[in-house]
Amino acid sequence: MTQNLSYVRAAMIDQQDPPLTQKGAVRWVRENLLSGWLNILLTVLSIAAIWYVTSHLLHWFLNAVWNAGSLTECREVLSVLHQVGDNSGACWGVIRDRWTQLLFGSYPPAFYWRSILAMILLVVALMPVLFRDKVSGKLYYFSAFYPFLMPWLLWGGSFWVPLLAVAGFGVGYVALRLLTPVGGAVLGVVGAIVAALVWWIVAMTPINDALHRAVANMRIEGARDALIATQDGLAPRIAQIEADRDAVTAQVAVAVAAKNAIYAPLATEQFRRSVGPVLDEVAALFDGLGATSTQADLAAAYVGAHRLLLDFAPARAPEGMGPLLEQIKTTVRVRVTEDNLADAQEAVAEIGALVAQARGLTAANAMSDADLATGQAAFLGAMRELTALRETQTRIGAELFRMTEERRGATTLLRNIDQRAANIAAHPGLLAAAEEARAALPESVALLTSADDLPEGLAPADVAQLRDALRAEAALASNEGATFSIYYEVGRVGLQPVPSASFGGFQLSLIIGVAGIAMSLPLGILLALGRQSNLLIINKVSVGFIEIIRGVPLIVWLLTAQFLLNYFLPPGTEFDLVLRVIIMVTLFASAYIAEVVRGGLAALPRGQYEAADALGLDYWKSMQLIVLPQALKISIPGIVNTFIGLFKDTTLVLFIGLFDPLGLSNTIRATTEWNGIYWELFIFIGVLFFIFCFSMGRYSLFLERKLQRENR
Amino acid sequence: MAITTDPPVQGFRLSQLIYDTRYRSMTIQVVAMILLMLFFAGLVSNTMTNLASKGKTFDFGFMGRPAGYEISQSLIAYDAVTSTHARAALVGILNTLLVAFLGCILATILGVLFGVLRLSRNWLISRLTAVYVEGFRNVPLLLWIIAIYAIITESLPAPAAFRTGEASMILNDSVAVTNRAIYMPAPVWGANSTILIAVFLLSLAGIWAFRRYAAARQEATGQILPVLWVSLALFFVPSILFFFILGRPVSLDYPALTRFNFEGGMQLRGSLLALWLALSLYTAAFIAENVRAGILAVSKGQSEAAFALGLRPNRTMKLVILPQALRVIIPPLISQYLNLTKNSSLAIAVGYADVRATLGGTTINLTGKELEGMLLMGLFYLLLSLLISGAMNIYNARKQLVSR
Repeated sequence: MTQNLSYVRAAMIDQQDPPLTQKGAVRWVRENLLSGWLNILLTVLSIAAIWYVTSHLLHWFLNAVWNAGSLTECREVLSVLHQVGDNSGACWGVIRDRWTQLLFGSYPPAFYWRSILAMILLVVALMPVLFRDKVSGKLYYFSAFYPFLMPWLLWGGSFWVPLLAVAGFGVGYVALRLLTPVGGAVLGVVGAIVAALVWWIVAMTPINDALHRAVANMRIEGARDALIATQDGLAPRIAQIEADRDAVTAQVAVAVAAKNAIYAPLATEQFRRSVGPVLDEVAALFDGLGATSTQADLAAAYVGAHRLLLDFAPARAPEGMGPLLEQIKTTVRVRVTEDNLADAQEAVAEIGALVAQARGLTAANAMSDADLATGQAAFLGAMRELTALRETQTRIGAELFRMTEERRGATTLLRNIDQRAANIAAHPGLLAAAEEARAALPESVALLTSADDLPEGLAPADVAQLRDALRAEAALASNEGATFSIYYEVGRVGLQPVPSASFGGFQLSLIIGVAGIAMSLPLGILLALGRQSNLLIINKVSVGFIEIIRGVPLIVWLLTAQFLLNYFLPPGTEFDLVLRVIIMVTLFASAYIAEVVRGGLAALPRGQYEAADALGLDYWKSMQLIVLPQALKISIPGIVNTFIGLFKDTTLVLFIGLFDPLGLSNTIRATTEWNGIYWELFIFIGVLFFIFCFSMGRYSLFLERKLQRENR
Repeated sequence: MAITTDPPVQGFRLSQLIYDTRYRSMTIQVVAMILLMLFFAGLVSNTMTNLASKGKTFDFGFMGRPAGYEISQSLIAYDAVTSTHARAALVGILNTLLVAFLGCILATILGVLFGVLRLSRNWLISRLTAVYVEGFRNVPLLLWIIAIYAIITESLPAPAAFRTGEASMILNDSVAVTNRAIYMPAPVWGANSTILIAVFLLSLAGIWAFRRYAAARQEATGQILPVLWVSLALFFVPSILFFFILGRPVSLDYPALTRFNFEGGMQLRGSLLALWLALSLYTAAFIAENVRAGILAVSKGQSEAAFALGLRPNRTMKLVILPQALRVIIPPLISQYLNLTKNSSLAIAVGYADVRATLGGTTINLTGKELEGMLLMGLFYLLLSLLISGAMNIYNARKQLVSR
C-alpha cells in the first residue's frame, strides 16, 4: 500500500544559496576587514593612508615628463600642460638622459658590451649554483672559470692573464700529486697551497711581463706603421665628426629657439586661465572687511592673499598684469610683515582696486581651447624633436671623445716607440743619478718619499736636496714608464684596459656585491669552523677576528682601506681602490656569515657529530659530508640576509670616492641641467636595489622550501 | 689467569708531529702562532717604515691640543678655540650615543607596532605593513637617509617663510617646523625645581614598590589590586600637586622668530631628525620581522591551554604568550640595536656631528693623524658593541630554558 501524504516532501530540496552576507566578496570583506570595532578602525585608517599617499603621488606619477633635457625644461612642459598651482609632475627626463651613467658610471660607452656580456655570463654561471637540478652539470666548469673571466672582461688586458691565474690551481695540483707520495696528505696539501701562492705572488707578474715583452718585440715594427696609419685615418674622421657635432649643435640651438617661441604664449595663456579664479578668491578675502573688522581679520586676509598669489611668477603674466600682481603682492607683503594695520581701510580699498583692474585684464587676448590644445601638441612635438636631437648630440660627443682619446694614445705611443732606443740608453744614467741623489740625502729627510706634508723643523737646504732627489726619481719612473707602456700597449693581445676610476653606477655595486658574496661564504664557513674548533689558538684568532670586524661599522673599515692600507702594506705597493673595497667588504661580510653559520652548527644535534665520528670519518670528511650540509641548510635565511645586507652596503663606497649610484645621483644633481632633482633619481636607484634584494630574499624562501626534509 | 700486555715502548719520532693526532693539533697551533706573529711583525714593520717615509710619528699627544674647529651640535660645553681634540671626540661620542638612543626607542615602538599589525587578521593592514617592511628592508639605508634629509631640506618651509606668512607655527604657536631644524619650547628649571624632580623620582619609586606589593599580595591571597590605576595616579598626582604648591618652578622657553632664524627654546636639527627617522624606520622594519617571528614561535597550544585554564585574553597575552615570545624576540632585538648604533656612522651623509665626523673626520684632517684617529674611533665602536653584546649574553643566560 502506498501512502501519498501531501505534507511529506517526495524529493530533496535543492541546496540553497548561503545568505548574501555569507558568500563571495561580501563575506570576505566582512571577515577580513570588518570583523570587529578594532578591525573596522584599522581598515578605515589604512584606506585613509592609501588615499593620502595615492592622491599625492598619483598626480605626480601621471604628470610624467619624459622628453626634457633639464629640470627647467621639465617645468616648462608642466606649466604648458597644466594650470598654475597644479603643475607637480615626475621628471623622468633625467633618467632618460642619464640612465647609462647611473648603470655604468663613466665606463667607456664603446665597451658597454663587455659589461653587459659579463652580466649575462654571470647569470649563466649562477644557473648551476642556483638551480642545480634544472641545468646540466657541465656548466659547473664554466661557473668555476667565470671568476677569472669576469675581471678580464671588465678591466681588459691580455687574454693570457686569466689563464695564468687559473694556472695557479694547476701548479697547486701538480705539487699535490708530486708531494703526496713523498710526504703524505698533509705535506701535499701544504705544498700545493704554497706552490699556488708562490705562482700567483712571485711568478705570475714576471711571466706576464715577459709575454708582453716578447709579443711587443715581435710586433714593434708593424706597430709603428699601424699607429701612423691609425693617426692618418683618424684625422679626417675626427674632422668629419667635428663637423657633424657643429651641425647638430646648430640644429639643437634652432630647436631650442623654436620651442621657446611656442612656449611663451602658451605659458601666458595658462597663467591667464588660472589667475582669474585666484583673483576672485583674493577679492573675496577682502570683501567683507570694513571699519568694524579687527586687526586679526585683516592680517588673516593679507596672509591668505599672499599664499594664494605665491605661485604666480610675474615673468609669465599676460601683458600689463605683471606689474599689477607685483603691486598687489608688495602691498600684501608689506602689510603682513610689518603688522602695520593703522591705515588698513585704505589698503583694503587699494587692493580691491588693483584686483579689479587685474581681473579686467584676464578677459583680454584669450586663446580658444582648440588653439591651446594645438599649441600644447606642437610644444610636445618640439620637445620630442629636441630630445631626439640631444641624444644624437650626446652620441656624437661620445664618439668624438673616443676618437680623440684614441688619437692621443696613438701619438703618445708613437713618441715612446720613436724614443725607445734613447730611453733605454738613458736608463742606466737616470738610475744611477736617482740612487746617488737618494744616498746623498742628509739623515733628517733620508726616509721621506714625498715633499708634501713635510714634518716641521727641517732645514731648508735639506728640503731642497730632498726635492732634487725626488725629481731624479720621478725622471727615472717616467723613463721606465715610457718603455713599459710600449710593452703593454703593443704586446697586448686582448681587450683594451679600462681603469678602475671609470667604474661606477649600478655596475660597480654589482661587481663589489657579487665578488663579496662569492668570496665571503667560503671564508665565513672557515671562520665559523675555526670558532667551533678545539684548537686554542685557531679558536681565539677566529673569535678575535669575528668580534673586531663585527664591532666596527663598515664605513670605518672602508675608510681604513682608503687611508690606512698603504701604511700596512710594504712600501711602494700600489693597490687598486676597487680591489681594496672588495677585500674589505668580503672580510666584513665573512664575519657576519661566520656567526650565522656558527648558529647553524650549534643548532645541529650533537648526535650528528658523534655519528660522523663513529663512522670513522676524519674532521674534514665529517664536516663536508655530515655537518656542513645540514648546518648550512639551517643557516640559509641568515646567509641570504647577510648577502642582501652586503649588497645594500655597497652604496657606502660613495664616501671613499667611488661612484656608486647614489654618488652619481649627487654628481648629476651638481650639473646645471639637473640641479634640484631628487625623487626621480632616488626612485630609480631604490627600485633597482629593491628588485635585486627582493629577488634574493624570495630565492632564499624557495631554497628553504626545496630543502625542507622533515614533515611538518 | 690474567695477561697484561704493556704497550710497546717507542721513542718519539719527528713524523709523529704530523701523523699522530695527539701531537698534530699542537703542531698546527704552533705553526698558526708563528704565522700570526710573522704577519703582525710584518704589519708593524711596514707601518713603521711607511710612517718614517712620510715623516710622521705614532703618538696620541694631539688629543690634548686645542681642536680649533666648530661643531654644529654639542651636548656638553665646547668651544672651538680652547677645547681639545679629546673633548671634540667626546662631543662626537655623545652625539653618536644620542642618535643611537633616540633611534633604539623609536625603532622599538614602530617595530613592535608593525610586527603586531603584520599579524593582524585585517587583510588590508597586514598587506600595508608588508609593503612597508619589504620596502625598507630591500633598499639601502643610505638611500633612505639621503631621501628623508632631502624631504626635510627641500619640502619644509625655510625660517624666512614664517615672516611672510607662507608658513606658520603649530601647536598653539609653540613649535616651528623648518627646513633647518624643528624649534620647540625648552623647559627652564627655576628655583625649587630640584624638589619637583625629587618628588617625581619618589613617585616612580612608589609605583615600583606598589607593583611589587601587589604582585606579592596576589601570590599570597589571590587578590588582584588595580595596579594600572594606582600607578597612573602615583605618576601624575604628586608631581602636578607639587608643581603648583612650589609655585610653578618649571616654565617653558618658547622659540621666537628673529630677523633670520628662530631663537630660544630647543632645536632638533634637520640632520639629526633625518638620521633619527631613517635609522628608526629602517631598523623598525627588521624589528617588525623579529616580533612577528617571535609571536608565531609560541605554539597555539599555549594560548589554548591558557584559555582552558580560564584566563582572559589580556592575561593570556601578558602571562603566557609574551614571556615566551620575548625570549625569542629579545636577542635579535638587541643585535638590531647594535646594528642601529653602528649604522649611525652613516651620519656622514647628512653632516651630523657624530664621532666619525669629529674624531674620525675633522680631527684627522687637521692633525694628519689617520692611524691614531682611526684606531681610537675603531676602539670606541668595538667597546660599545662588546658592551651591548655582553648585556645580551647576560640576558640570554638568565632567560634560557634550562633543559637536560
